[in-house]
Amino acid sequence: MGLKIRSEKDFGSGLLYLLLGGAGLAIAWDYGLGTAGRMGPGYFPTLISALLLLFGVATLVRSILAEGPAIDAVNWKGLALVTLSVCLFGALLLGAGLPAALTVLILVSAMASEKFAISPKAIAAMIGLVLFCSLVFVKGLGVPMPLLGSWFSGIIAS
Amino acid sequence: MDMFSNLWLGLTIASSITNLGYCLLGVFLGTAIGVLPGLGPVATIAMLLPLTFGLPPETALIMLAGIYYGAQYGGSTTAILVNLPGEPSSVVTALDGHQLARQGQAGRALSTAAIGSFIAGTVATVLIALFAPVLAEVALQFGPAEYFTLMVLGLIASVVMASGSLLHALGMILVGLLLGMVGTDVNSAMPRYTFDVPMLADGINFVVLAMGIFGLGEIAANLENEAERTLLTRKVTNLMPTRDDWKRILGPIARGTALGSVLGILPGGGAALAAFGSYSLEKRLSQEPHRFGRGAIEGVAGPESANNAGAQTSFIPMLTLGLPSNSVMALMIGAMLIQGIQPGPSVMTEQPTLFWGLIASMWIGNLMLLVLNLPMIGLWVRMIAIPYHFLFPSIIALCAIGVFSVNNSLFDVYAMALFGVVGYLFRKLDAEPAPMLLAFILGPMMEEFLRRTLLFSKGDPSVFLTRPLSAVLLAIAAILLLLVVLPVVRRKREEAFQEE
Repeated sequence: MGLKIRSEKDFGSGLLYLLLGGAGLAIAWDYGLGTAGRMGPGYFPTLISALLLLFGVATLVRSILAEGPAIDAVNWKGLALVTLSVCLFGALLLGAGLPAALTVLILVSAMASEKFAISPKAIAAMIGLVLFCSLVFVKGLGVPMPLLGSWFSGIIAS
Repeated sequence: MDMFSNLWLGLTIASSITNLGYCLLGVFLGTAIGVLPGLGPVATIAMLLPLTFGLPPETALIMLAGIYYGAQYGGSTTAILVNLPGEPSSVVTALDGHQLARQGQAGRALSTAAIGSFIAGTVATVLIALFAPVLAEVALQFGPAEYFTLMVLGLIASVVMASGSLLHALGMILVGLLLGMVGTDVNSAMPRYTFDVPMLADGINFVVLAMGIFGLGEIAANLENEAERTLLTRKVTNLMPTRDDWKRILGPIARGTALGSVLGILPGGGAALAAFGSYSLEKRLSQEPHRFGRGAIEGVAGPESANNAGAQTSFIPMLTLGLPSNSVMALMIGAMLIQGIQPGPSVMTEQPTLFWGLIASMWIGNLMLLVLNLPMIGLWVRMIAIPYHFLFPSIIALCAIGVFSVNNSLFDVYAMALFGVVGYLFRKLDAEPAPMLLAFILGPMMEEFLRRTLLFSKGDPSVFLTRPLSAVLLAIAAILLLLVVLPVVRRKREEAFQEE
């Protein structure tokens, strides 16, 4: 076959458009199209999804026809740790409280850096940030985040 | 004159102690976050938005506008001192500004940027006061067809401004429109693309999307090249421009201001295009074009004025039509809605104190930037010098707390994490998130206006062409698209973006 992907980035985005457009179209199928004069809930989404499919095909075709840049290496470690740190924050916030959740977020995300090292300066900066956020957001702005989460309430009570 | 009494009313509102204080706080915080490399105005405003929730509407908007100018200005400082522009509009400033800084002339570059921004800001404020009421009058004549075509024009314009491929940018717009469809359909109350998740019934939260894509995605991408940044730690001295400088910069400032003011009003335009345009204009007009890129002070003065004027006049479509012309204005609209204000032509007549107070505070904010920032340059230099591996966990922490506090929702926190991954993926594919974000905001409005237009015309789409104003808007959009496709212009455009 003479088909060769000449532009990885185009190929990747073409696939992405096809995927999103296809899913959008498939789901909107059940929404009820209506007519142009009386649009159903599915009219606009179907229109957009169909156009997106079209652009997906066009981008795929271009990826075969025209030379383009390759996709460079993905920094899996960085991406995973940054995402994980935010998810852990969400998981810990109500149970453990803001200071604990923040500490975990900072430690986990910091590991994403090549320069990660536990130094007195880094620990001082972390404590400063945790204190600052607790004071400003919880005490100052009254965002409903517990300083000590629900997991601790039993321990203190008993 | 009506305008003066209006501006006077605005000044009395904006100069109340509370509003002055929050304006100052906004400018200060905006600059502080904005100087941090890699953080543009969108990320800065999204991050600081929760700080304004408890404030009355006028004060909240005044503070947000202050944050915006501060962030914009902070970006220029970083561009000059570290050659790391946080946003497209300060890319141009970095070209000559950083060269000047390397020659030990950082002070001249910084003061020129500040003076240019202040003059441009003053002129743009007057322009807003002059033209916003006129435009609001016109806007009242707008029917759904005109609104729809105006949004199409805005999206097309944002594509033309984007630096990558046209096909790609249009694709991203469609992705944004589709994301905007998530939520309950207003007409039939039917949930669409919600996957039975009740938290998605109101759609995807704009702040979540913006912080995920512009905050987390950016950080993950930045972590790839953690190379030492070359900060010029030399003390910044000689802040005053010389007499020779003044002669050189006044022309560029005047032209930049004019160009920026016009381009800022265009939907989809704003600061970035204005800065690019001004730079090429000055280079063309200059008798010594070879100096550009090697530390020409004109190359700082023009674009900086243009970008500030554009940043300011981009408020006009937002205030008069309720349409965001760029991602920052989209955030401002989000903030207004949170405050219970429906942006649009009626804001001016129904809430004159809010409208004119905001406009007057723009000028005050610019004055504060000028008076405060040059003496405080030492502080900003120290902020820039914070190493990235200390910085980024703090940014993630602020994003997480900020997103949670918008709706007190953990779901939003997880959704932001997901959009961080999506944003990183977009960067890997060279897909530009800014047009997508704009389309995301405009999507639901476009559907609504398309629906109403076709309802009135009984399904006949030719109304868009038979109504004169709508036809003109469509024609402009078509010309813009054609211009980019034409080989000659295309080459020029590529050249312009090459200068990055």
